[in-house]
Amino acid sequence: MTNGLKTAARRSSALAILVALGASAAAAQGVQVTIVSGAVGNAVANFDALVAPWEERTGNDAVLVPMPASTTDQFGQYRLWLAAQNGDIDVYQTDVIWAPQLAEHFVDLTEAATAAGLIEANFPSIIESQTVDGKLVAIPIFTDAPALYYRTDLLEKYGASVPTTWEELTATAQMIQDAEREAGNSEIWGFVWQGNAYEGLTCDALEWIKSFGGGQIIEPDGTISVNNPQAAAALEMAASWVGTISPEGVLAYQEEESRGVWQTGNAVFMRNWPYAYALSNSPDSAVAGKFDVAPLPAGPGPDGRSAATLGGWNVAVSRYSDNQEAAIDLALYLGSAEAQKQRAINEGNLPTIQALYEDPDVLAANPYFARWQEVFLNAVPRPSAPAGEDYNEVSTAFFTAVHNVLSGNTDAASALADLEVDLEDILE
Amino acid sequence: MTTTVTAGSMAGTRSGESGLERQRARAAFWFLVPMLAMLAFVAAWPLLRSIMLSLTDADANTIFSGSYEWVGFDNYLRAQERADGTIRWRGVLVDASWWNAVWNTIRFAVMSVTLETILGLLVALVLHAEFRGRGLVRAAILIPWAIPTIVSARMWGWMFNDQYGIINHMLLSVGLIDAPIAWTARPDTAMIAVLIVDVWKTTPFMALLILAGLQMIPKEMYEAAKLDGIHPVRVFFRVTLPLLKPALMVAVIFRLLDALRIFDLIYVLTPRSSSTVTMSVISFQNIREFGDYAEGSAQSTILFLIILVFVTLYIWLGRVDLSGERSR
Repeated sequence: MTNGLKTAARRSSALAILVALGASAAAAQGVQVTIVSGAVGNAVANFDALVAPWEERTGNDAVLVPMPASTTDQFGQYRLWLAAQNGDIDVYQTDVIWAPQLAEHFVDLTEAATAAGLIEANFPSIIESQTVDGKLVAIPIFTDAPALYYRTDLLEKYGASVPTTWEELTATAQMIQDAEREAGNSEIWGFVWQGNAYEGLTCDALEWIKSFGGGQIIEPDGTISVNNPQAAAALEMAASWVGTISPEGVLAYQEEESRGVWQTGNAVFMRNWPYAYALSNSPDSAVAGKFDVAPLPAGPGPDGRSAATLGGWNVAVSRYSDNQEAAIDLALYLGSAEAQKQRAINEGNLPTIQALYEDPDVLAANPYFARWQEVFLNAVPRPSAPAGEDYNEVSTAFFTAVHNVLSGNTDAASALADLEVDLEDILE
Repeated sequence: MTTTVTAGSMAGTRSGESGLERQRARAAFWFLVPMLAMLAFVAAWPLLRSIMLSLTDADANTIFSGSYEWVGFDNYLRAQERADGTIRWRGVLVDASWWNAVWNTIRFAVMSVTLETILGLLVALVLHAEFRGRGLVRAAILIPWAIPTIVSARMWGWMFNDQYGIINHMLLSVGLIDAPIAWTARPDTAMIAVLIVDVWKTTPFMALLILAGLQMIPKEMYEAAKLDGIHPVRVFFRVTLPLLKPALMVAVIFRLLDALRIFDLIYVLTPRSSSTVTMSVISFQNIREFGDYAEGSAQSTILFLIILVFVTLYIWLGRVDLSGERSR
């Protein structure tokens, strides 16, 4: 090495040290708050824009750690981190069903949320779902209730009306699928949904069963109600879709796979959460401007009704966080009307703050929000409260049984009879 | 595995059992200590701990605080009296989903190892032949083995996709099928999909191990057979295969051990499909998703015992010479 090079190297390393010092000095003004969240839709892409106002105001830095889209996978990881009292993650984005299972690891946010006025601004039922033994475990940031997405252009073309019962949906989907395939559109499918064996299938199947008047797996009083003829009929109906109006691959679909089929214009109907609305209307979507949403269809008979599984996400602050104060502040911001409005407009997430349903900007971006009150009236909670700590096992037993019926391994009646015994085992 | 001092060297030292010899043995022991300590730390301790946990009621909330209690063999098998006085057996040993996983694992292990051995042997024979660019081909064939399983599982997941997967596209365009197959979703094709990926991935590994064995066979054997005018097929079965047997048996043991504890490929490609779920997957699910460390540990302990039984049986049946004594 020549002398000149050596000097240059020395000079550049000195420069690097200076730069590093400068960077740490800048960071010392605020703290870094890490938040983990599942990567669904454009949540990751929108995150920086979402937290920019908070970062500017506080001088802190919010860092998103993206996690797998499957809530089941997220939960496993989070519980491990929390049980090990990991201090690296400050804020957790939590599913509506996790509150009873993870309550002890999170900070009580009652005081902070009350001071920020979030308690009275939110829907009371949502606040209630996040309260365990009087402790507010997490602050709601958006709520979720699925809808039936339908192609307005195809329904119009074949003179069909929006189905209000599952029977109508099956008939319409079959008719349009057959006619479109006849016309050379060989890729078209009637109805896509979530049939993979995971938490999402629990949501889909709960809707079928509830809409048939078959109860909600475990009733709020703890009775296991799932083994009944209506529930069996509901599952048999869903099983009949696989390979007829729904591709066989639906048995491996989660939300994003079904959106993939839908958004490329290859499905007449889709069951999905509201996040798909904004994405389906994006410029590169094949169905932009050609679709609308309606409440999910109802089951047959006098007990038939429309049912939508109540979803939704919240933010909780870890008890083991090193930056609790800043973390709570970030949680309050993410739950505030300001952040929820940004999310509603850019990600199509349903706000939990009631006033936002009358906000002109939100309604301009999501005209269908006004109709969502109807869907909320039909919302069914998953049995996370009666199942408590065992919810995951209950849900896994349920979606495994449903998946077996859908893939034709067993008939619905015997699968449900076995499931009843399994659930008794888990809950005792 | 234990190593014994061979008879030859014993005979040489027996007469003059010297202080030097004992000193050397002692020195050898001290050289082995770091290795033994390492093994105890990374292999024996975790194994003992998971056996220990399987005898407790540990769950996600108590595992780190240590506030779990001994429950004996309750996680494996326990009798439970119903309200009406009848007895019901509970625990891993009577759990139908566990035995389904055991059966899946064994089915997978037997089929994948058989296919990989046969294909690996064929590939090794081809690579053993002299041809131009042999080095390049040998390196190229290792590529599937070099790709991390998670990546190849994801990659094959896309290729198997029912809507845009290339495999369906190819089969459709040559007219073998008239509708796309949802490979990973259907219970009857899920295992086939897993097998295809595993065979694709692991055949190169088998081929390489077998190739090493082939290169140990002296060339003179083949020359002698050629001079005697023996048919090549006969040469293969009478010369190559018997001489290859030691290498082949060791390669099969490696693969069998690997196949019996398969996790990553199945977890990524067909998660939670009851037709492919294996022992490792179900134990992982119990520990991680349900936070049930006790039952998950009981399952991993049984998994350990099953592998032990398989390997013992295999060594005993095949008289595998792991110490390398007899071939000396």
